[in-house]
Amino acid sequence: MSAITLKVNGSTHTLDIDPTTPLLYALSDDLQLRGPKFGCGLGQCGACTVIVKGQAVRSCITPVETVQGVEITTLEGLGTIEKPHAIQKAFIDEDAAQCGFCLSGVILTAKAFLDKNPKANEKQIQEAMSRVLCRCFTHTRMLRAIVRARQEMSR
Amino acid sequence: MTPDAMTPDALAALKRAGFSRRSFLQGTGALIVTFSIGEVLAPLDARAQFGGEGAPPDSPPAGEVDSWIAIASDGSVTAYTGKEELGQGMSTAQMQLVAEELCVPFHRVTLVMCDTAFTPDQGVTSGSQSSPTNFNHKGLAQGAATARQALLQLASTKLSLPVDQLTAVDGEIRSKSDARKKIGYGELVAGKKFNVKVDPNAKRKPASEWTILGKPILRPDMPELVTGRYEFVHNVSVPGMLHGKVVRPDAVGASLVNVDESSVAGMAGLVKVVVRKNFVGVVAQKPWQATQIASQLKVTWTPGPGLPKQESFYDYLRNQKPTRDTLSVNSGDVDQKLAASPTVVKATYHHPYQMHGSVGSSCAVADVQGEKATVWSPSQGVWPQRATLAMLLGLKAGNVRVIFRRGSGCYGINGADTVTYDAAILSQSVGKPVRVQLSRKDEMAWENYGFAFVLDERAGLDAQGNITAWDHEAWSPVLGNRPGYNRPGNVITGMLAGFEPQEFRPRSPAPEPATYSNNGNSVASYMAGQVNGKAYGTGTIKSERSLIHNTKSYFFTGPLRSPQRLQNTFAHESFMDELAAAAKADPVAFRLRHLSDPRLIDVVKAAAKAANWDARPSPSPRAKKTGVAMGRGFSCVAYEGDNGYVGLVAEVEVDTATGKISVKRIVVSNDCGPISNPDGLRNQCEGGALQGMSRALGEEVTWDDQMMTSIDWRTYHSLPLGFDVPKIEVVLLNRPDEEATGAGETTITTVGAAIANAIFDATGARIRQIPFTPERVKAALAG
Repeated sequence: MSAITLKVNGSTHTLDIDPTTPLLYALSDDLQLRGPKFGCGLGQCGACTVIVKGQAVRSCITPVETVQGVEITTLEGLGTIEKPHAIQKAFIDEDAAQCGFCLSGVILTAKAFLDKNPKANEKQIQEAMSRVLCRCFTHTRMLRAIVRARQEMSR
Repeated sequence: MTPDAMTPDALAALKRAGFSRRSFLQGTGALIVTFSIGEVLAPLDARAQFGGEGAPPDSPPAGEVDSWIAIASDGSVTAYTGKEELGQGMSTAQMQLVAEELCVPFHRVTLVMCDTAFTPDQGVTSGSQSSPTNFNHKGLAQGAATARQALLQLASTKLSLPVDQLTAVDGEIRSKSDARKKIGYGELVAGKKFNVKVDPNAKRKPASEWTILGKPILRPDMPELVTGRYEFVHNVSVPGMLHGKVVRPDAVGASLVNVDESSVAGMAGLVKVVVRKNFVGVVAQKPWQATQIASQLKVTWTPGPGLPKQESFYDYLRNQKPTRDTLSVNSGDVDQKLAASPTVVKATYHHPYQMHGSVGSSCAVADVQGEKATVWSPSQGVWPQRATLAMLLGLKAGNVRVIFRRGSGCYGINGADTVTYDAAILSQSVGKPVRVQLSRKDEMAWENYGFAFVLDERAGLDAQGNITAWDHEAWSPVLGNRPGYNRPGNVITGMLAGFEPQEFRPRSPAPEPATYSNNGNSVASYMAGQVNGKAYGTGTIKSERSLIHNTKSYFFTGPLRSPQRLQNTFAHESFMDELAAAAKADPVAFRLRHLSDPRLIDVVKAAAKAANWDARPSPSPRAKKTGVAMGRGFSCVAYEGDNGYVGLVAEVEVDTATGKISVKRIVVSNDCGPISNPDGLRNQCEGGALQGMSRALGEEVTWDDQMMTSIDWRTYHSLPLGFDVPKIEVVLLNRPDEEATGAGETTITTVGAAIANAIFDATGARIRQIPFTPERVKAALAG
């Protein structure tokens, strides 16, 4: 155990945990955040995605000691129920979910990509989402929501 | 049962209403409602009705309005249902139903789903049965309709006006002629209960008068979902909660030899190593500690008995003994008719074991303290889960409370039931609440897989190209199932803890069918479906036989979205295409020639029309086995014979050099009776189409001589979000005057055959084994 400092969604937290603990466990267990989810623990599905320094990162295979002091954004940090981020709003408007378990990975992967590629075309968006899984197969709506968010975000 | 064990939805509703559900159910503040046209009801003895002194309430009786509907003094409505939200939109549709029948705004309804302390026992949320159960003539719909009738009756007394001069609007009962005479539901009910039996004759609102049902209302859970505020079962946290992890055997059928506890002695956070017969698990303070301890724990297992070779599995299956044989139809003249037919067509199809493969591994929280247990579970059946948990824990069922919390999409039986047992066993062993989330491997290697199948089809054609006789014979292995009310051994944890799966009962030959059931779609849509001299099917072919041989599976099996229906339909609809080709007929026209059911005929025509179907025989005149070939394929189904209708067109490109299939466009027509929520229905059709594609193109469970080898997303192939998603067009056929049917499983049932038929159209090559991997496509092209 050692003291680990994490900056999550604008707040700083100091945790006394094993420094090899994957970031996901610190976020969901210690900080009780509901956005990032354990899907596979292998970095394969994307459910645990968070944004670290502008990059979509798989928190289930990221030891907490490697992200000390840097800004980490989870799905909660993007927007609120009252004031959702444009991409969250787009997912609501397109009714782009079934069970919703994969949304953290879908929305944050798309957000990190669109921030860097505001003019991306649909093919490029599709490629950017190629390592994210949705087993309810809400793909059509999700891709439509991301395209819609691109338009909103570039305004 | 303390209020803190309640779901947040339920708590909020009760808080708003100013009473607790239990005191409500047991209270004596009953409304006395007398129906002029219905029954006269005596006040109920609530304690006798809902369980004895000190015992938690048993299942709220389905025959009481109070089991379904509560109206608070502020006029807000809480509805209780035994059919749960799994991501299919069932919570929104049920809220629409209640708002519609009670004539209140949608946002005034709160839905409490599946909690054994509060909601009626509606069995399992499965099998496309939620709409038929709760939207037709019983359950929630009839409970809400009776409540409206009761409110009208109460208002009649209060306002001194006859019922026929009153109308229910916007949470009020109003006089039809005098706008000043009205009374709100909150005031009418005044926090009391109805004490009224559900009236089977209470008038339902006709679909023509709907203002809330039938509309594409967006799901109210979306804002919480997209902002990370939604509480999945994975997020349930109770004070003092510990974390568990299980250690499963190394091989299928292995038994425990030894657990070396010294291998983890002194590890940080260790609370206990738990062994119960062949069940092994660990409990730790924190989840990462539990994971590390479980991976370090030295456990010795016997070798497994060995598994049949996967390369020759289908041959093995076809010859496996003993079998349990079932005839769905048997006209007795099939062989004779085939022998007399100028053309006989035969084909064999193969379908692998596939998995539910939830994107989130399954999770549950259990708090077993002495004689009582409270469990938060994503199980599709809280009441059956309660009964089997009681067996597993040695407790009285009445002392076990199961509270549904949504898990990751499950499509049947994923690890939800088994992980609930895991959490319960571990919690009982340490006397504290324990949360367990399975590892990816534990989720995938031990779930109840969707059924593998070998399917033989034979049919005859006369000189005019009409089908003279059709024979369907299939083999499929089974082991375990949903646990039901008394079989915890039907899933891995129950079996490891010492309970047997349901017994395999060989039966051969099959008895002649006594009643007609096409529950598994073993009877092709084109068969007449005759039993006892009467035709129940959807087709015209009178010489017919459908025979299924079940054998014993090495792996657990269970219902995976459209169980058996999908496998049988893949064979039937592929074979129908082969017959059309043999008759040199257009596949759609050929289908229509052999169908008798008007609703099935309509979806076939609707899909063909929307797709601008190119009517001609397959293969296409442009079919080729080089370069990129294009084709279109058709498929349809009457799900379970009469529980939802779909026609589907797939347009594909086949890269003949690589064997890669790209589906470019899918057009699906759907008839599920009156449409509750068109947007939710479209979402189900779209998801079903793409999940069907993933299952047709890539999904197959694999194993070696001892153990499953499909253990993660590299070894089990699901189409990711970034694949080349086809354009999907959904045509909805609304049937406001028909019964509500299922809609969650119809689309997926038809996808595999439509793609195979399109590949044939494009190339002239027939692929008969799912999944259509590039290697198999290339082999079919070469063949």
